[in-house]
Amino acid sequence: MSQETPIARKQYLTPFNVITGVILVIGLVLTVLRFTKGIGAVTNLDNNNPWGLWIGFDLLCGVALAAGGYMTSSACYIFGLKKYHSAVRPAILTAFLGYALVVFALHYDVGRPWRLPYPIFWSQGTSSLLFEVGLCVFLYLTVLFIEWTPAAFEWLGYKKIRGIVVRLTLMLTIFGVVLSTLHQSSLGALFMIAPSKLHPLWYSGYLHVYFFVSSMFAGLSMVIFESTLAHRWLHHKMDDTHLAESDGVALGFGKAASFIMMGYVGIKIIGLAVDNDWHYLATGWGAWFLVELVGFVLLPAILFSMGAREKNLTFIRVAAVWAVLGIVLNRLNVSLIAFNWHLPAADRYVPSIMEVGTTIFIVTLGVVVYRFIALKMPILYEHPDYKQAH
Amino acid sequence: MEFFTLHGFMTYSKGITYLVMGGILVFMPLYWLYLTDRDDD
Repeated sequence: MSQETPIARKQYLTPFNVITGVILVIGLVLTVLRFTKGIGAVTNLDNNNPWGLWIGFDLLCGVALAAGGYMTSSACYIFGLKKYHSAVRPAILTAFLGYALVVFALHYDVGRPWRLPYPIFWSQGTSSLLFEVGLCVFLYLTVLFIEWTPAAFEWLGYKKIRGIVVRLTLMLTIFGVVLSTLHQSSLGALFMIAPSKLHPLWYSGYLHVYFFVSSMFAGLSMVIFESTLAHRWLHHKMDDTHLAESDGVALGFGKAASFIMMGYVGIKIIGLAVDNDWHYLATGWGAWFLVELVGFVLLPAILFSMGAREKNLTFIRVAAVWAVLGIVLNRLNVSLIAFNWHLPAADRYVPSIMEVGTTIFIVTLGVVVYRFIALKMPILYEHPDYKQAH
Repeated sequence: MEFFTLHGFMTYSKGITYLVMGGILVFMPLYWLYLTDRDDD
């Protein structure tokens, strides 16, 4: 025993474990503070800014970046592009954890977690977009959980129930696409209730279309980004099929993302033309709008296209990170930066250090759970008992 | 541009919008060809 202890300690005290351990402990302290002292004790939210970083980043960015689940599974199972099959399980897992953490993070904002089922089962606000978002996220999280279970059943050796769930794949995929179409767009439509608060360059009657279309390339970029990270840190868990298909996944998804991003730039310009907002482009807000649209959508779209044409994976991977940052910037612009733009600087919202710490805690929690599942279950490789069983 | 009636505003903004949409309809297929023309290589 005395000889085993130093080895075991050496394995556990890796830089990853130490850093995540510290973040998780701080996060737990913040969680206790939030639920014992109230939301005012840990946030800078006020009556002007009732939604802050937890909605702008954890919820809006979390949902958009989890769109890789429906994009990958629909490409594979609805459009029959089986060459992307190896990307389905990592994408579904990312989406499942993304949505689970969105619901988890929502508790910090809403409080009183035991009342979470109320809007679904007790008091439905059927005329509210928030109800539609809540219902869709509730249903889609359930769909993603079921879509993820075959990996868990293969790991546990439950062949019979795994077979039943696999037979539901097409139905679940169609259900997932329908639900995603609904709530991705509704998250944008939420801000249409505040035309006097959101800057005209970001406010549009097409806001729901922008959110849905941008979620498509957000999901594709996130799958590429997540694959890059998996290649770096979980390479040893990938089988030959996954390794052989991964370049094709990155090139194909990069090409699709580039095309959708160009279309997105097009409909954003249409939005400017419909509302005749051109004169705002000459202001400081216009410069910031162009930083987002040109700097974080158009340029990564061009880099994606160069990567797809030249078969250059480095271009594709850099463009994927760039596009993910662009989505984060867009969601923060709509929900925080360009929201309440007319207020004096003293009344503007800046997240507190504890809000930022809670967000880092939630993202870290997602990384830790993803790593645990990917190390234990057949996510990046096919289980030897089920090869060619799909 | 200065507008005095809703009709004037709609005529102008819709006119520009249709021009932009026409441009996009021409551009997007060309962009798809640019993206895919080396697929057989």
